[in-house]
Amino acid sequence: MSNSPETAIGAPDAGQPGQYYGRGIPYLPINGYPGKLIAIEGTDGVGRSTQILLLREWLEVRGYGVVETGWTRSELMAPTIELAKSSNTLNKLTFVLLYATDFADRLEKEIIPALKAGFVVLSDRYIFTALARAGVRGVDRPWLRSLYAFAIAPHQVFYLKLDVETLIRRVLAARGMDFWESGMDLKHGDDIYDSFRAYQNRLLREYSSMADEFNFRVVDARRSIEQIQSELRRQVGAFLEQER
Amino acid sequence: MLNNLTKPHEYPGKLFVVEGIDGSGKTTQLGLLAKWLTAEGHRVFVTEWNSSALVKAATKSGKKKNTLTPMTFSLLHATDFADRLLYKIIPPLKAGMIVLADRYAYTAFARDSVRGVDGQWVRELYSFAVRPDMVLYFRVPIDVSLDRLMARRVKLKFYEAGMDLGWSTNPTESFRLFQGRVLEEYDRIVDEFGLDVINAARSITEQQQEVRRLVAARIPVTSVETPDEQLA
Repeated sequence: MSNSPETAIGAPDAGQPGQYYGRGIPYLPINGYPGKLIAIEGTDGVGRSTQILLLREWLEVRGYGVVETGWTRSELMAPTIELAKSSNTLNKLTFVLLYATDFADRLEKEIIPALKAGFVVLSDRYIFTALARAGVRGVDRPWLRSLYAFAIAPHQVFYLKLDVETLIRRVLAARGMDFWESGMDLKHGDDIYDSFRAYQNRLLREYSSMADEFNFRVVDARRSIEQIQSELRRQVGAFLEQER
Repeated sequence: MLNNLTKPHEYPGKLFVVEGIDGSGKTTQLGLLAKWLTAEGHRVFVTEWNSSALVKAATKSGKKKNTLTPMTFSLLHATDFADRLLYKIIPPLKAGMIVLADRYAYTAFARDSVRGVDGQWVRELYSFAVRPDMVLYFRVPIDVSLDRLMARRVKLKFYEAGMDLGWSTNPTESFRLFQGRVLEEYDRIVDEFGLDVINAARSITEQQQEVRRLVAARIPVTSVETPDEQLA
């Protein structure tokens, strides 16, 4: 299994936008589905949900059907993941597999049906969140990529990029630091501020290392909400127009 | 890529696995093997497929509502397996114990492929697993396994009978179709991973004798006796 989507094993067009990254789901062929998959990535606190809300509104006004999907919201797994997080007994491998199961459930029951029906699917986070978190925790990277070979390559991936200093100020102003976002499970110390800073730094490095591999469109998230939104609208609008 | 499943482990303990379709008698054989090993003075730990507390809740609710797809079914079992591997299987192996596993990754390779999941993907998924010291595959014709299950008045389970695939609304017929395909997959796996095949159509005692002989070749034991009537 290669790290590069261009050489992923599977169909000849594997890794192309709208196709499976790798071996895919044999019983669910997705060729020719009219919908579009757009992922918004970035760490906690970069303002993803605000941007998605505004983008959805704008797309709907323009006449596009929109479906939103998130990370860890599937009916099947949400209770199990919440239970596991609260009991704090997860080892990293189980953690990765729980999230992959949750994603598979949403992919088959929400994302693929929506793409088939011609919706624009806005994904609040995508597999890159899982790859980054697991990568930071030392899980084998080629294995992670073969695990997610059943995922569909989005038509566009926007990476809302923020530096750690700005991120810390925003998170503290908004709601404070929580256990998981601070990587406290990595046990780098008892100080949540130091842990948050070190963890988020490593996460940002993981995202940056994926930018070329997965064709991220990097968006400077230090700017105002309006400026970021207008850049998203310009790029998404141009893409949908050309596909019409 | 991880290759744990294809290279020998370095733990002081031993990992022995039994595989086979429902009604092959593998669990009975595993129980007798555990009795013998314990009597021989070994410290033995037994673990079963799909038994970890963490994902039991999800599997149960999924089964009840019949909402598991082949992919989520596959991933849930891998999650369960990872949990048991790290908490139940590796620690006793590190402590030099004998771990007996009732089903292992090969069950997933066989069942998930029949359900339509990509076979190579499942193998890569389980590449974090520890390679067993020996895998005993209890090969049995469908009719023999069905007779055994019927004799015990076992109600065929939804997923074990492959009812989720919708090949037949009759549980017995569905079991026959599904497990028939699973048997074909197992035959491929026997060659691929070098499983030891036990003819499971024979008597319990005959099989157990062979099992003990095979296990004895891999661990220090004082005697390989014929299991007595009481055990059988």
